[in-house]
Amino acid sequence: MIPFYAYRFKVLRVNFMSLNLADVKRIAHLARIAVEEDEMPGYLQQLSNILGLVEEMQAVDTTGIEPMAHAQDVVLRLRDDVVTETDRHAAYQAVAPQVEAGLYLVPKVIE
Amino acid sequence: MLNSSLKQLAGLLAGKQISSVELTQAFLKRIGELNPTLNAFITVDEGKSLAQAQAADALIAAGEAGPLTGIPVAQKDIFCAEGWLSTCGSKMLHNFVSPYDAHVIEQFNRAGAVNLGKTNMDEFAMGSSNETSYYGKVKNPWDVNAVPGGSSGGSAAAVAARLCPAATGTDTGGSIRQPAALTGISGIKPTYGVVSRYGMIAFASSLDQGGPMAKSAEDLALLMNVMAGFDPRDSTSLEREKEDYGRDLEQPLKGLRIGLPKEYFAEGLAADVAQAIEAALAEYRKLGAETVAVSLPNSKLAVPVYYVLAPAEASSNLARFDGVRYGYRAPEYTDLADMYSKSRAQGFGAEVKRRILIGTYVLSAGYYDAYYLKAQKLRRLIARDFTEAFAQCDVIMGPTTPTTAFNLGEKSDDPVSMYLSDIYTIAVNLAGLPGMSVPAGFGKDGRPVGLQIIGNYFSEAKMLNVAHQYQKATDWHLRMPPLHGEE
Amino acid sequence: MQWEIVIGLETHAQLSTLSKIFSGAAIAYGAAPNSQACAVDLALPGVLPVFNRAAAEKAVKFGLAIGAKINRKSIFARKNYFYPDLPKGYQISQYELPIVAGGSLTIQVGEREKTVRITRAHLEEDAGKSLHEDFHGMTGIDLNRAGTPLLEIVTEPDLRSSAEAVAYAKALHSLVRWIGICDGNMQEGSFRCDANVSVRPMGTEKLGTRCEIKNLNSFKFMEKAIEYEVRRQIEIIEDGGSILQETRLYDTDRDETRSMRSKEEANDYRYFPDPDLLPLVLDEAFLEQARATLSELPQAMRERFMRDHGLPAYDAGTLTSSRELAAYFEEAVSALGGEAKMAANWIMGDLSAQLNKDGLDIAASPISAAQLAGLLKRIQDGTISGKIAKEVFVAMWAGEGDADAIIEAKGLKQVSDSGAIEKIVDDIIAANPAQVAEYRSGKEKVFGFFVGQAMKASKGKANPAQLNEILKKKLG
Repeated sequence: MIPFYAYRFKVLRVNFMSLNLADVKRIAHLARIAVEEDEMPGYLQQLSNILGLVEEMQAVDTTGIEPMAHAQDVVLRLRDDVVTETDRHAAYQAVAPQVEAGLYLVPKVIE
Repeated sequence: MLNSSLKQLAGLLAGKQISSVELTQAFLKRIGELNPTLNAFITVDEGKSLAQAQAADALIAAGEAGPLTGIPVAQKDIFCAEGWLSTCGSKMLHNFVSPYDAHVIEQFNRAGAVNLGKTNMDEFAMGSSNETSYYGKVKNPWDVNAVPGGSSGGSAAAVAARLCPAATGTDTGGSIRQPAALTGISGIKPTYGVVSRYGMIAFASSLDQGGPMAKSAEDLALLMNVMAGFDPRDSTSLEREKEDYGRDLEQPLKGLRIGLPKEYFAEGLAADVAQAIEAALAEYRKLGAETVAVSLPNSKLAVPVYYVLAPAEASSNLARFDGVRYGYRAPEYTDLADMYSKSRAQGFGAEVKRRILIGTYVLSAGYYDAYYLKAQKLRRLIARDFTEAFAQCDVIMGPTTPTTAFNLGEKSDDPVSMYLSDIYTIAVNLAGLPGMSVPAGFGKDGRPVGLQIIGNYFSEAKMLNVAHQYQKATDWHLRMPPLHGEE
Repeated sequence: MQWEIVIGLETHAQLSTLSKIFSGAAIAYGAAPNSQACAVDLALPGVLPVFNRAAAEKAVKFGLAIGAKINRKSIFARKNYFYPDLPKGYQISQYELPIVAGGSLTIQVGEREKTVRITRAHLEEDAGKSLHEDFHGMTGIDLNRAGTPLLEIVTEPDLRSSAEAVAYAKALHSLVRWIGICDGNMQEGSFRCDANVSVRPMGTEKLGTRCEIKNLNSFKFMEKAIEYEVRRQIEIIEDGGSILQETRLYDTDRDETRSMRSKEEANDYRYFPDPDLLPLVLDEAFLEQARATLSELPQAMRERFMRDHGLPAYDAGTLTSSRELAAYFEEAVSALGGEAKMAANWIMGDLSAQLNKDGLDIAASPISAAQLAGLLKRIQDGTISGKIAKEVFVAMWAGEGDADAIIEAKGLKQVSDSGAIEKIVDDIIAANPAQVAEYRSGKEKVFGFFVGQAMKASKGKANPAQLNEILKKKLG
């Protein structure tokens, strides 16, 4: 028999996490990564497993805890407003997939 | 020569017993012999390396040599080096010849070191086994059926197999310490902000930190002297006085308080690893140190927190790889959106895509608070645990990994079990603390065990001292894997 | 039904720094494509942003000028979306904690004053440019503009007509130039506005669904675009339809707004604090320094001109529309030692007309404030009449010298010798007996004829007051 608290925990997990195929499609689109239909179930499973791993976080009470964004409690340095860079576009564009007249070329952008 | 320390090599160079060109050639020859087996290097460029060696010889002849002048150092392929292919282990950057140098590369160039080549790594440093590289798996020199660990597995295998005297690595959740442990070498991840991230291709910006990998703590100190330092091009680089990381190497350990977190010795730790660690601790007691029990109560949260924060940052950091300005662009596409999603689908490997997707999800509308913000709050709790522990001890010790090196393919189909191989290393990155791994014997399978040493912020010199005294008393770090092609 | 128009404006003011907000690349306009896009701007693998102090200084100056709260700690966040002109795949902006919060700007709408509340102003980087000329059916990307510092200034939905929106935009445009944080060049895109427009039944509280109109690159277009959009929305609602919240682009050729579907798609920006940048923390000294570089603001100066110089609100407003114009006026008045209204009339009249005609800025005026004062002095002391002064002004504009030199050279000095004027008047009376008779029979209008004749005879130099007096006496 499943103890009551385990049952509750389980329900909580399912509610919180459940990822579905529509979610995978949505995030794949946001991330601009083409995912074929037949890859979807695999991704769904793997991503659900990862979310299962991180689920443990939800059990901890973090009321009043300041989020920690950086390892050190330091503030931003301010750079002096000076031009330090020179024109190196030829070197930078040597590694570009497609350039013309100094411009990077991409498939037509429709506004 | 293969087992010589950096100091010894510098002595040979200074005494003209060997030239930098000869030294470089010797390692290039060894790479030629053993790399086909180990696959530790992605790029070797004899011409470039020898040109640097010649320049170094000229400096030595002119009496202008520093401690690392003429010494060949292998660079993890995450560091951009001008004129070198810099792939980060990814197909996405299969043709990216960097037009600029990372700060770390500049520092080595300034020191007159020789770039011996670019080492293999998990793709974009995402992995713990070096199986996610587009350029093939790296083998563990101690057992070619075993993984070398990751993500700096190429550097680790190269140092372990003595393909180079030293190498660089980066560590986001254990990527220096874990492969160092699994290949029986020494490696240190400095305090966050000590080594500039400029030119180090970002995985998770708030956790990434470069550091050296070598045979001994003494060598690490010399390498730290070169790698560390303020860089105005990295806003998170810390403005601190230049320090000599080797200054305390010879300090006795009498009275050293070693904290042993009970969570690092609990369920999940393999018995043979536990045994090796106990033996190392016994050695420390002999050296005059005392051990104290400490607790890191939130350490079980480190893996969950990490697998929210790191993928979140990565999903954004890797958005620049879009096939527009450099790198891979899909050969066929219908329109702009299709070009993006095909280039990224084809240019990134499975593990990278998984992490980008998870990271995208935890940042997306409606989930940010529950995942990202929550993880940032827990990160603070994890960091606080260490602050409290360091009130009772000078350094913290424990195993670097729960087991010795696992077999190739053993965990590659199960990302979650792979993630758990970093349970002892991840919290250190979350806190921003320095951590290192030193060889401490072997498991029952004959594969190396690593002892993790965690220090307080900016205590690298102390940690290197602690490691060096141990290495003076033991010879684990001098053990070489049985490979063909040895001298 | 009566409809109320509700408008909020978002303005992107390009901060006039030398280098970019997060890199040391130049931001000069019109450079060769990608010649000012450095490794950081191109988002090469491994590069990192480093923040430009001047961007913070200029943002703080703006905050102080509008009486806002300067957040001592502000945070840079990443706004994630894919677009070819956005090299990193995210824009560094400020989200939850902007550098400037609150504040207000007082505007003049006709005779009325209105205070527009500012919600916030935050720092961010600009994107590059997509060039749609045909490159074999592809788009060209120029990243020179990528990383240019912007201050995005957002108002509350306080504006109630296109006229108010334009008045606000003009006042803001004038202010940012006044305090020297933005060159205000709208053609070059240094000052760009987006308008959030909605309508609601008059007297109701609830805001209607809004549409954001982009690409309002002139005040005229802003007015026309808002008017079109308001008509469009009212028509839809009155026809029983409802407004779709969307981004619309103003098409200047067709004078209409149209939906920008491409912008609608990616609306989950996944903002999070940029881990590459630490909190921007400003201390009291930083604020003090910014405050010290702020001179008298246009609003205060406008009030002072009204109070101290007795100028009407309109004049004071016009003269404080730019710092250069205000300085010119003040210098002229000070050289003249008063006569502010006369100076104002000349500056807003003849001088402005000439400047407009020649397409010049006040700073490039061929007649300096001291020179103009020199001219006005001669009107004041009766050396020349106002009419002659206009002639002298034209000669000064043409570079013929100072007022006195021109008056001398052309012999334009007013004749105030009563003997000479009497002689002229006597001659005219003698030559025009018929008109003299008419005048004396009560046709007072004929008086103008005698003035005209006398002026003609004196080549305009007769002192008008003296002439009148002598004419009246002799015709009497």
